[in-house]
Order: sequence, then C-alpha cells, then structure tokens
Amino acid sequence: MREQSRRSFLIASALGVSAGWVASNWPAIFEARVLAARAATGEPVELSFFSKEQAVEIDAVASQIIPTDETPGAHEARCVTFIDRALTTFLRENQPVYTEGLEKLGAKTKEMFPGAERFSALTPQQQVQVLTAMEHTRFFAEVRRDTIMGMFAPPSHGGNCDEAGWKLIGFEDTLKFNPPFGYYDARSD
Amino acid sequence: MVSYKPTEEVDFVVIGSGAAGGIMAKELSVAGFRVVVLEQGGPGCYGHEQDYNKDELAGMYPAPADVLMSDLKLQPNTYRKQAGEKAGPGSSRYGCVLGGGTVTYGASSWRHLPYEFNEATQVGTIAGTGMADWPISYDESEPYYTKAEWELGVSGLRVDSPFFAPMSKPYPVKPLPEKASGALLKIAAAKLGLTVVPNVAAILSEPYQGRAACVSCGMCSGFGCQVKARSSTAVTMIPIAEGTGRCEIRVHSYVREIAVGANGRVTGAIYFDGTKREVFQKAKAVVLSANGLETPRLLLLSKSAHFPDGLANSSGVVGKYLMSGNFSNAQGLFEHPLNEYKGIVSGAAIMDYVPTDPKRGFYGGGRMTGRGQEEPIQYGLQGPHLAPKWGAEYKKALREQANRKLTIASFITQLPLETNCVDLDPDVKDAWGLPAMRLTSTSHPDDVKCMEFFRQKSLDILEAAGATTVWADPVSDARGGAHSRGTCRMGNDPRKSVVDKHHRAHDVPNLFIVDGSSFVTGGRNHPTMTIEALAFRAADHLIKAAKAGNV
Repeated sequence: MREQSRRSFLIASALGVSAGWVASNWPAIFEARVLAARAATGEPVELSFFSKEQAVEIDAVASQIIPTDETPGAHEARCVTFIDRALTTFLRENQPVYTEGLEKLGAKTKEMFPGAERFSALTPQQQVQVLTAMEHTRFFAEVRRDTIMGMFAPPSHGGNCDEAGWKLIGFEDTLKFNPPFGYYDARSD
Repeated sequence: MVSYKPTEEVDFVVIGSGAAGGIMAKELSVAGFRVVVLEQGGPGCYGHEQDYNKDELAGMYPAPADVLMSDLKLQPNTYRKQAGEKAGPGSSRYGCVLGGGTVTYGASSWRHLPYEFNEATQVGTIAGTGMADWPISYDESEPYYTKAEWELGVSGLRVDSPFFAPMSKPYPVKPLPEKASGALLKIAAAKLGLTVVPNVAAILSEPYQGRAACVSCGMCSGFGCQVKARSSTAVTMIPIAEGTGRCEIRVHSYVREIAVGANGRVTGAIYFDGTKREVFQKAKAVVLSANGLETPRLLLLSKSAHFPDGLANSSGVVGKYLMSGNFSNAQGLFEHPLNEYKGIVSGAAIMDYVPTDPKRGFYGGGRMTGRGQEEPIQYGLQGPHLAPKWGAEYKKALREQANRKLTIASFITQLPLETNCVDLDPDVKDAWGLPAMRLTSTSHPDDVKCMEFFRQKSLDILEAAGATTVWADPVSDARGGAHSRGTCRMGNDPRKSVVDKHHRAHDVPNLFIVDGSSFVTGGRNHPTMTIEALAFRAADHLIKAAKAGNV
C-alpha cells in the first residue's frame, strides 16, 4: 500500500493533480494489493461499476470467451473483477458500451430464446449461439478484449486470479531467467 | 544540477536526448561548453531505474509518469501513399522520454557495412530514385563506431566475413546468451549453407562500466531496463553530461521553433514547458537531434523572413527522401517450447542476404533476425494461428501454441525517393496547436521485390528449421516509425542536401543537424549504431570548430 501511495503521490506532483485523481484514472495504483490479497483468500471484492446482476451476465459472457475446461477459465480467473475495476479507472470512457451492450444482450437472448429470463440462465450451447450472433458488435469486441486482458494482466489488476491465465500459457512470473530458455537452445552446441 | 536562465546565452541548445542528442550533450559538455538539452518527453525513471514498470497492462495504458513513447492523441501524425491524396490517421510513434528511443528499443547495434556508404558507386544509381553516395566513407567513420561501442557498451562477436563490417577492435563484451530462436536458425543454416551470427546489441552480457549484466527478464522492447543493462543514452551519456556541471537537462520541453536572427543565424529555441508556458532559450548555436521525423518537422515549423520555406531549406530537400525502413515477417510453429519471451528480443541473425546481389534482379538486401517475444496479453489478443478468436477451441489453441512460435523478422533496405516525405499536415494539429506531421510513402518496385524475396526466404528457413506450420504476413509500405531517416540528407552540394559532411546546415552556420535525418541511404534498417557513430563524429568536428571560433 505504502509504495503504491507514494507512487500516486509522485505522479500527482509531477502533473499538478491530486493523488486521488491519478488513482482513479490509471491501473496498478492504490487498490492493487487489496485486490490481490482478497483474490488469494477467495474473499469477494466489492463491485465498483456493475450491479450484482450485471456482473453475473458479464461473467457468463467472459466464461464463453475463455471457458473452463480441465483448467480454469475466465470465471476462475475473476475477469469480471478486472473489467469492473477497469471501467471505473482506465477504461471509464467505455462504460456506455457495457451498459448499452448488456441491454442488447438481454434483448438478443429473449429474441432468440423466447421465455428465457437472461443470458446467464441459458445453456452453454445457447449462450454460444447468442454470442455468435453478436460477434461483430462493439460490445462483444470490448468484452473479448477486456476478458483477455483480465486473464493475462498481472493479478494485481483484479483478474488472472492465482495466475490462472499465466499457467494456461506457461508464462513464468519472474524478472530473471537463466539460459537455456527453451527446448532448442538447451540442445544446441 | 546547473541551471541556466533562458535569457543567458549558452553555448549550445541540444534538441532531443536520444541516440544522437544524448551523445552530443555529453561530448559538448565534457569539452567545456555550456549546454541546455530540451527533451519533449519526461524523465522516465532516470536515476531510479529499478522503478521501471514491468507490468504489461500498465504499459498499454500508461499513467503520465510511465509514458515512454509518443502518444498518438498528443503527437498525432497522418499518412498517405502519395501526393494529392488526403492523408488519414497515421500510426508512427517514437521514443518520448529522457534518452529517447534508446530507453525502450530492442537495442540491435549493427554497423553499416563499408559499401553501405557508397552504394551509388557500388551498385549504380537507379533511375527515379535519390540513390547517392554518402560524402563520408566507412574508413572515416570506423573509429567512431568503435568509440560508440566502447563508450556505450555493446555485446557482440567480431566475425571475419564479407557480411560483417570490419572492426579495428572487438566488442567490449561478449554476445548475449543464445536463445531457442538462434538455435533453430542454426539448424536451418546448416542445411541451407547460411551464416548465423549472434545479435550485436547495446545490452550488457556482463558487468561493464559499473552497470549490471542483463538478467534476461524478457520485458525488454517497449519497457525501461531496471538493472541498467541496456546501454541507453539515459544511463551512459546523460549522467556524464550532467556530472560536468555544465549541462542542464530540461524534460517536458516541447520545441515549437528554432529562432533566427536578422543575420540569418539561429539564436536559440522556443519551447513549451510542462505547463505549456512558452520559453525562449538563447544559445550561440543549436544542435537538432529530434529524430528523422521530428527534426524535419521542426525545421518546416521554423519559418522566418530569411527562410520562408522552413529553416535550412533553401534546397527544398528538408523532409524528403524519407526512409522508414522495410520489413518482412514470417512465422513458424514448432513441436517444443522456445520460450522466446525470456531474454533479449533477438539473439541471432542470418547475414547472407545483406549485400545487393545483381543476380536477384533488384536493388537491396537485409538482415534476418530470429525472435518471438510476445507478452501474455499481446499473445491472447492476437490469438493463436488459424484458431477461432474465442471459445473452447481458442483456449485449446492458446495452450497448444504457447511459446512455440519463431518469427523471422527481416530488416530490409528502402530506396530514397524524393516523393517519400514528411511535411506539415494542413488540417491536423498536435496537443500544442502546431501542425501535425504528415507522412507520404510508397514503396519503389525494387523495395517490393526485395521484401517478397525475404518473405519467401524466411518461409524456406522456417521449414528447414523444422517448423510444423509456416505462414507470412503480406508485404506492405513503410508508414513511419522509430527507424525513420534520410529527411535532412548529408551531401557536398547545398542545392541537393541539407547538411554538409560535418552535419552543419548548408544554409545556417550555427545550426547542426545530427540524427537519422542525415542518412543518405538507409542501410539495412538497423539505424541506431550508425546514428550514434555519426553523433560522436559530428561532435568531434563541432568541438574543434567551436574551439577555433568557427561556429
């Protein structure tokens, strides 16, 4: 916390703005360690933008973008927490895309599956059908991008819980490596 | 740190603190001159490099203090293929921090080969192009390459080969560790009879001059170096310049004009400080090292009664002969992990196609580098090869292809064409209200043939290395970027060039233009080491001239 606060303060002094303004506009500041700590203990993180209902829907969409199979997907990685935080900080200008997109998601769900309550209540196959129909919308493009960022950004930003994304692609979180780095250089003369 | 009043006439104002500006500031201040450096970017983590951000997301959405590259919202540019068209939004960016592009670059540090200084003589002029010999030779430049390599700190292996520039002294430190990409290039080269050499990089393989060796963190290109292993001018030249007590560094200083007096000599620079307040710094002479795009733009912005078409532009050549450099990229997937995200960007290169070969039927050549660095978010967004963009199959392919990709990136010649240029956009303005730069660039037919040649050779090499799948991006026109050069070309004839062989503007006796803009031909598209050697050489001549009262 202390280091992060100091950093915000330094950035703020350089810009002539308040540290709070910096904290609310860029990632990796202030709350990062709180998020990481809560993610580690499994304690739920308070939502800052989505309602609980909206968060359930976005979680369902994200879970179709990076599904859970034998390894964790977007749900376990808590991509929705990442997106929620992003939408009140560095992606704030995209709030309307989500608000309007969620309405369209609900409408598309009802149009394709009359009688369905909401997207998250559909079967996985039905969800894929709805998202395929929405694949070329800006809403889908943004949720896809933000889900992927949430999966692979450092866990301090709220997603990639337990480094689920990094484990998926074999990315080692360290800033010091020794050769050999890969299979082929290990066998080179 | 020394602090000068703007009204105090210092000896030199140096505009820019990158590969050229950092060296000029150091050389001039060590020689006893009073210098003010104006850098448009911020300080970065100058003096506390351990704080450089290694967070991929924060790099994508940087807080102002973390900005290391120009921002297209603040410093926009436009692009069009040819004159007469209306330019659309451009994508060209450059290093924008104390130390310039050397803070974040991949640090390849190849010398030009001797024949890259006189290609018009070696391979002949080409109709419709500005192909010309440089007014200086490799032999004359060689001591300055050596000086740059030893003063900055460059890792590499001196190789006795026609594809490698002859060196009077080996590199100060050994090459960086081999990567899987290099090992795979060697497998292919053994089958195809090609020459692989370790990359020459301004990144330390072992401790040197009090700085640490590279720890192979892999978050290299685009990020600042926490251990100071990358030999940027911000950790080599600038601390020495400041240490003289004669050099003042002013960051967040965005120059809008080089001022001209009644006698046609420059009198200093007018810039906006961090609060956008206008400041005029007086100086006896100006050194312009703002990069191959910003340098001509600033000259074109500096119109005066003496220079109605832009400063130092009586030839009309300022901004012309833009060479941003050509590329080809080909990729292959392999059975086992390469883990190219560890270590420096590129560990090895294939050299055989560096020279122009008349048998190929076109001008040009290039250097082929093996690489594959990809950060996790970048990999996820780009998506695996031939896989859906989301869903179960996307995830499966992400897992299967992770760390298995080798890219062959070729750095290729681009012919100097008068019609390829940077000038001022008539409509778009930057965040300071100044006209944005407009790039006009179309490939010469030889450039297209050359890129196609490398594209095909790269696919052959990937297959010979054992790739299970190979593919290549289509070749495309250069659209600016950090390698841009040629826009204030050097020459003996004031009607056809902007600066003389000592980087003095033909039109202005106390203006010196030192950066990639001085290039006559582009070389094989790794410009930084030559920019650095030119800067040491220019400084040497400038110091002698200034001490003799000839500035």
